[in-house]
Amino acid sequence: MSRQTPSTTAPVPGAPSGTGGPDTPARRAGPGAGERLAAAAERTWRPVALLAACLAAWWAVSAARLVEPYLVPSPGTTLQVVRDRAGYLLEHSWVTTYETLLGFAIAVVLGVLSAVLMVHSAELEKTLYPVLLFAQVIPKIAIAPLFVVWLGFGITPKIVVAVLIAFFPVVISMVTGLKSIDPEMLELSATMGAGPWRTFAKIRFPASLPHLFAGLKVAVTLAVTGAVVGEFVGANEGLGYVILQANGNLDTPMLFAGLLIMSLLGVVLFALVELAEKVLLPWHASRRADSVTTTL
Amino acid sequence: MSVAEETVGKPVMVESAPRQAQPAAVDVKDVAVRFRSKKRDVTALERIDLSVPMGEFVSLVGPSGCGKSTLLKLVAGLLKPSSGTVRLHGDPVTGPRHDIGYVFQRAALLEWRSARRNILLQAEMRGMPADRARRRADELIAMTGLRGFEEALPHELSGGMQQRVSLCRALLHEPPVLLMDEPFGALDALTREQMNIELRRIWRETGTTVLLVTHSIAEAVYLADRIVVMSARPGTITEVIEPGLPAERDYTETVGRPEFAHATARIRRLLGSAAPPPDAAE
Ligand SMILES: Nc1ncnc2c1ncn2[C@@H]1O[C@H](COP(=O)(O)OP(=O)(O)OP(=O)(O)O)[C@@H](O)[C@H]1O
Ligand SMILES: [Mg+2]
Repeated sequence: MSRQTPSTTAPVPGAPSGTGGPDTPARRAGPGAGERLAAAAERTWRPVALLAACLAAWWAVSAARLVEPYLVPSPGTTLQVVRDRAGYLLEHSWVTTYETLLGFAIAVVLGVLSAVLMVHSAELEKTLYPVLLFAQVIPKIAIAPLFVVWLGFGITPKIVVAVLIAFFPVVISMVTGLKSIDPEMLELSATMGAGPWRTFAKIRFPASLPHLFAGLKVAVTLAVTGAVVGEFVGANEGLGYVILQANGNLDTPMLFAGLLIMSLLGVVLFALVELAEKVLLPWHASRRADSVTTTL
Repeated sequence: MSVAEETVGKPVMVESAPRQAQPAAVDVKDVAVRFRSKKRDVTALERIDLSVPMGEFVSLVGPSGCGKSTLLKLVAGLLKPSSGTVRLHGDPVTGPRHDIGYVFQRAALLEWRSARRNILLQAEMRGMPADRARRRADELIAMTGLRGFEEALPHELSGGMQQRVSLCRALLHEPPVLLMDEPFGALDALTREQMNIELRRIWRETGTTVLLVTHSIAEAVYLADRIVVMSARPGTITEVIEPGLPAERDYTETVGRPEFAHATARIRRLLGSAAPPPDAAE
C-alpha cells in the first residue's frame, strides 16, 4: 500500500503483489482466549483421561482385593501417607530435586561446550567422540557404587551419576543441531564478512536450539533417574533413600508415595523445560503449535 | 592486466567511453571448475569468459546442472576456480567477498528473526552503524512493499514476501554487485512478474551491477541488458544475447516488442539444442 506505483501506463497492480495483500499481518489475528482454552482442553483431555483410567484401574484392583494390600496399597492409602508424612517426604524430595537440578545444569554446560568444541574442530571430535561413546556404553548404574566409594555418602556421587546419565543426550542433540545448519546460511554469513564468532552467535547457536531442547527434555528426566540411582547405592537422604527404607520395612504405601512423587518430579521438570522452550523459542513453538507432542 | 586496461585508455568512443575507463565490475577469464569426489569427477564449468561492466544487468540461463550457481559462487569467492581467474572491480577474488549482495534460491531467512531483523542481520554481521542501517532498512522495506510486515516472522510471510526480505537484506549495505541465484524460482507466475518489475525499478534506482541466474527466459530477457546462455555439462557459454530493449521497460509493452520475441525465441532454440539427451544425465 505504501509503495509508490511506478508511473507507467501498464495495468500493473498498485498494491503489493497478490501474495502480500494490504491487510494486517496474520500474526495479529491470533485466536481469542476462549478458542485458546478450547485448544488447550482439546490437547490435554486425552492424557488426562488415560491417567484417570489408570488411577481407576489401580483403585479397582485394590478395592476388589485382587491383590493383597501389602503388595499394592490403594490410591487412598497412598495419598493418606503422602498427607501424613508430607514433611518427611518434602524434605527428601527437596534433596533429590536439588541433586537432579545441579546434575542437569552441569550436564547441560558440559554437554553444550563439548558439542561446540567437537563441531568446530574435527581433531577434537575424533578425540572426544570415542571417549563419550565409551562413557555412554558403561552402565552408569553399575559404576554408581564406585562413586560412593570414591566420593562418600554426600550428594556429590548422586550429582555425578545424574551428570553422567544426562550428559549424552545433551551432547548428541547439540552436535546434531549445530551440524544441521543450512550450508547456505554459512555462505551467506561469509558474504557478510562475519567472523566465526559472529556466525556462531547469530546463526549457528540459535539455529541449533530446537535440537538442543529436544535433548534437554530427555536429559532432565534422565537426571532424576541418575540422582535416585545414586541414592539407591548409598545415601541417608533423598527419594531413593525413602524408597529403599520403605522397601526394607515392607511399607508399600510409603514406597508407592515415593514413586508417585518421583514421577511427579520428572513430569514437572519436563514441563518446565518445555515451558522454557516456548518462552525462549516462540518462533519454533508457534510453527509446530498443532503438533501432538506438546503436552502443555 | 587490469592496470593496462585502465591506463592505456581507448580512443574516445561515444557511448561506451565511460565504461571502458574503469575495470569491469565482474571479470571472469578462462575459468574452469572441476569437482572431484571419490566416485567421479565433474567438470562443472569450462572456458568461461565473461566481463560485466559496472552497472550492467546480466542474466544467466542454461539447463539444470550446467554450473550457473557455481559461476555465481566463483564471483562471490565462495568457491575457487580450478583454473583461470575471477576479478571483482579489478581485484582477483581469493576468498569470500564482502562487497557483494547474494540472494539465494531459497530465501535463507533466520526463522527466529522478524522481517526487519532479518534485513538488519547484514548490518549486524558487518558492524554497520545501527542508525544508518535502520534508516536504510526502512527505505528498502518501503521500496519493496513490505511495510506493515516488519515484525512478522518468516513463517508468517508468503514466499514472495520472504524473497523480498532476502532481497532487502542483500541490498542493505548498498553493494556494488548483486548476485542472485534463481531468486524467484519458487513464486507463482503473477507474483514473479511483479517481483521482476520491482527488481527492474530497484536496479534502475540503485545502479548496482547485477548477475541473475534464472530458469525463466521471459524474466531473463525482460530484466537484463545481456543474457548469457550456457550449455550443459561441462558448462560453457554458448552465446551472449543483447536484445536491445529500451531502458524504460513497461512490462506488458516490453514483452510485446519484436526484440523481446526475437530474443526469447533465440534463447529457447539455443537451450533446446543444448539440452542433453535423457540418457546422458549420468
Ligand atoms: N560441491 C559440489 N561437489 C560436487 N559437485 C558439485 C558441487 N556443486 C555442484 N556440483 C556439480 O556441478 C554441476 C553444476 O552445478 P550447479 O549447482 O552450478 O548447477 P546449476 O546450473 O546451478 O543448476 P540448477 O539450475 O539446477 O541450479 C552439477 O553437475 C553438480 O552436480
Ligand atoms: Mg543452481
